[in-house]
Amino acid sequence: MVLSKTASQSDVSVHSTFASRYVRDSLPRFKMPENSIPKEAAFQIINDELMLDGNPRLNLASFVTTWMEPECDKLIMDSINKNYVDMDEYPVTTELQNRCVNIIAHLFNAPLGDGEAAVGVGTVGSSEAIMLAGLAFKRKWQNKRKAEGKPYDKPNIVTGANVQVCWEKFARYFEVELKEVKLREGYYVMDPVKAVEMVDENTICVAAILGSTLNGEFEDVNLLNDLLTEKNKETGWDTPIHVDAASGGFIAPFLYPELEWDFRLPLVKSINVSGHKYGLVYAGIGWVIWRSKEDLPEELIFHINYLGADQPTFTLNFSKGSSQVIAQYYQLIRLGYEGYRNVMENCHGNAMVLKEGLEKTGRFNIVSKDDGVPLVAFSLKDNKRHDEFEISDMLRRFGWIVPAYTMPADAQHITVLRVVIREDFSRTLAERLVNDIEKVLHELDTLPAKVTAKLALAEEAEAQNSSVKKTDIETQREVMAYWKKYVSERKSNKNKIC
Amino acid sequence: MVLSKTASQSDVSVHSTFASRYVRDSLPRFKMSENSIPKDAAFQIINDELMLDGNPRLNLASFVTTWMEPECDKLIMDSINKNYVDMDEYPVTTELQNRCVNMIAHLFNAPLGDGEAAVGVGTVGSSEAIMLAGLAFKRKWQNKRKAEGKPYDRPNIVTGANVQVCWEKFARYFEVELKEVKLREGYYVMDPVKAVEMVDENTICVAAILGSTLNGEFEDVKLLNDLLIEKNKETGWDTPIHVDAASGGFIAPFLYPELEWDFRLPLVKSINVSGHKYGLVYAGIGWVIWRSKEDLPEELIFHINYLGADQPTFTLNFSKGSSQVIAQYYQLIRLGIEGYRNVMENCHENAMVLKEGLEKTGRFNIVSKDDGVPLVAFSLKNNKRHDEFEISDMLRRFGWIVPAYTMPADAQHITVLRVVIREDFSRTLAERLVIDIEKVLHELDTLPAKVSAKLAIAEEAEAQNGIVKKTDIETQREVMAYWRKYVSERKSNKNKIC
Repeated sequence: MVLSKTASQSDVSVHSTFASRYVRDSLPRFKMPENSIPKEAAFQIINDELMLDGNPRLNLASFVTTWMEPECDKLIMDSINKNYVDMDEYPVTTELQNRCVNIIAHLFNAPLGDGEAAVGVGTVGSSEAIMLAGLAFKRKWQNKRKAEGKPYDKPNIVTGANVQVCWEKFARYFEVELKEVKLREGYYVMDPVKAVEMVDENTICVAAILGSTLNGEFEDVNLLNDLLTEKNKETGWDTPIHVDAASGGFIAPFLYPELEWDFRLPLVKSINVSGHKYGLVYAGIGWVIWRSKEDLPEELIFHINYLGADQPTFTLNFSKGSSQVIAQYYQLIRLGYEGYRNVMENCHGNAMVLKEGLEKTGRFNIVSKDDGVPLVAFSLKDNKRHDEFEISDMLRRFGWIVPAYTMPADAQHITVLRVVIREDFSRTLAERLVNDIEKVLHELDTLPAKVTAKLALAEEAEAQNSSVKKTDIETQREVMAYWKKYVSERKSNKNKIC
Repeated sequence: MVLSKTASQSDVSVHSTFASRYVRDSLPRFKMSENSIPKDAAFQIINDELMLDGNPRLNLASFVTTWMEPECDKLIMDSINKNYVDMDEYPVTTELQNRCVNMIAHLFNAPLGDGEAAVGVGTVGSSEAIMLAGLAFKRKWQNKRKAEGKPYDRPNIVTGANVQVCWEKFARYFEVELKEVKLREGYYVMDPVKAVEMVDENTICVAAILGSTLNGEFEDVKLLNDLLIEKNKETGWDTPIHVDAASGGFIAPFLYPELEWDFRLPLVKSINVSGHKYGLVYAGIGWVIWRSKEDLPEELIFHINYLGADQPTFTLNFSKGSSQVIAQYYQLIRLGIEGYRNVMENCHENAMVLKEGLEKTGRFNIVSKDDGVPLVAFSLKNNKRHDEFEISDMLRRFGWIVPAYTMPADAQHITVLRVVIREDFSRTLAERLVIDIEKVLHELDTLPAKVSAKLAIAEEAEAQNGIVKKTDIETQREVMAYWRKYVSERKSNKNKIC
């Protein structure tokens, strides 16, 4: 006699994942489940839920690299289990980091002798890099003030209001005051003249941005250097410059090699760059380079003994993966000057294609400059009926993620849409995007105008007809005012620049 | 007539990588090369150089995970191009992080109501987690002192001398004094009684370690809590506790659920754990959980608008990869409490196998306890002829990486070898390690004794023979003194606990 097993008792590995009970159960959200589940089920369930994330390659909001060659993917996977900080155990990986630091320092024209090792470190991103650079400035300034017998409890940094949020984090967490140079309509970067005016004896450094996140513009570091040199002569304060080249550091040396913004300017003491932006590596790698040993106070450096030699380290993070460092080295030697230059020229070419396509529609003002980070920032010529946020929302339907931002003070009335051109944004995609934007405009033209227009109409109507049933208009106004407040709060909360 | 092409002119893609000229050229170390090289060459050259790194799975120095299931590797590779911080664009990934935070908070018995969201965040590792927790304590304490009208410029933390180096980093970078409770021979963790004695009005918190890196021991957090409650009653200072559960946080709940060390103790306000240690994820993920909203000062949190809802963030790093967060969620739901318990029980078992094997040789004292982090720390009973550093060096020949450390103050004369048992360290490997250690001992027994023994013999000889040719002994002593200093400097530099 054959004993037949019922389905629920048969070996669970027989069930295909979608036939098993695991796709019927709700995934745990608050507490760990008591039992294990098969690995195939775990993989499938998570993979499927992640399908609802945006497609990284269509994420036009981000500067961060979203495509690398398969050979590099293989190197990344092979080193995914190497803990970068184990210098003793992985000496080659450590050596690769040191080579990257040297290569990038030379790219930035650091004043190094032949065979002299550069001063710098790999970080998880520009946030960590900026915090380390800021810490170095803060400590140097404190030591100088202590030696002069002056108070050192109120350090500040001078920068533009267009800074990325990590500067605000640095200021808040490390107790440094942020003195921001306000923007104005048509001038969306830090004005060097105003910046130098704001410098006082408590200023630990002036931070210039090479590649503003808002419109991709490069700030005039050369002019800042000259003006600050003048002021330093008068005051004797010796205020230095830090260049936040998060985006621009891997663009300027290839597209604009004559532009003087790096260590060629004597007051520039440290530079940070994101390896994961135009360094063409996946998210998780940044670099900070100091001009020389003197610019990095010794007391901040921790010394670890490494293969009998001293390995100085200065990072906030300790354990982390090695993959991105190896990937950065791969890109540096794989591409070389020639390769990076080709990639940047392509990006620039595609940015121009997109810009011209948008100009042809006749509906947009182009806010970004041609030179700088390859991106296109544009705003509607007429945003009274529909604004840029609506365009951004409707583009999502096609799969595109194009963010809309309001400018920071004092240009908050300007809203822009911004498309970042990365290595993997081809001309075909640029042309397709223009098509889809035209479709969106077409559709919006047929829709009723948004809330504020309605309110304006209602106000107009009320002004003209002085005797109107008060209760109706009053109710309508209350509702409109509520929604207007809701919409503008949404807009102002989107003001965090990232 | 056939025009033959010379080899150097033929299409470079025809050459196999090892036939091409790229393996004859020296790789750039200081400057970028002018030209690109083919991607196969770039891959092969870097891959080959990395062969000389240690094998991560034989790296017995590290607590950090070195193996994950292939299904998880696939999830990791698929999300390698997702920038974690783009919450708007990747809402599911953000949701997964939130679920992990909630699960871990419940694992630590955070006092949460049903459906109440936990307060916590994913970080790059325990270093960032500890800095965030320390920042929160510092700001809370400063606000309290300001409100009381008392000076707030000299904050300090009380902890044991066995702390991991990231606490020293926190202290140095965030300008907090580190008050360390010294160890003593036989007692290698923080003594709660001494710790509470050291607490003063400037103490922002007392940091206890669940799973000391030196010998895996869990500190008695319960006793610390009770003593500190007493002291707080007398002084009214309200000093809180932070538990650094970098290793222990994913061990204690599964192996020792009765042990009270987490939010069940009222003074514990925040806990950090490394997802990349016994959370069983590759390097690059840590978690910090706060007891409640009140323990995280609002002014430290940045608010980013996310799909119309507020997403508060509090991290040092900004852009980073999403892979590790997704991998952590995979592990939590794949394994569940049952799976983690099985893994930890296996680790514990294999640690006992190793310990017994070492005890059987009769040459070692076991310094680690049976309970705690599954590791075996052991020192030679007699280290006058050869010391633990030599054993560590010789084991490298077999491929094993077993580190040797000297204890911090006041037990610097004790040196230990430490083997960490991770998930992927099977019983077979444990038995093999014992065999290889026996081989090493055997070999060392035949070698001449090390330098200091020679010096001792030389000193003895000099003491006995009053009249000895000064120049010879003098020279020999100088040489010996130089090498002795070199060796002991190596030893003391290895004192950085990591």
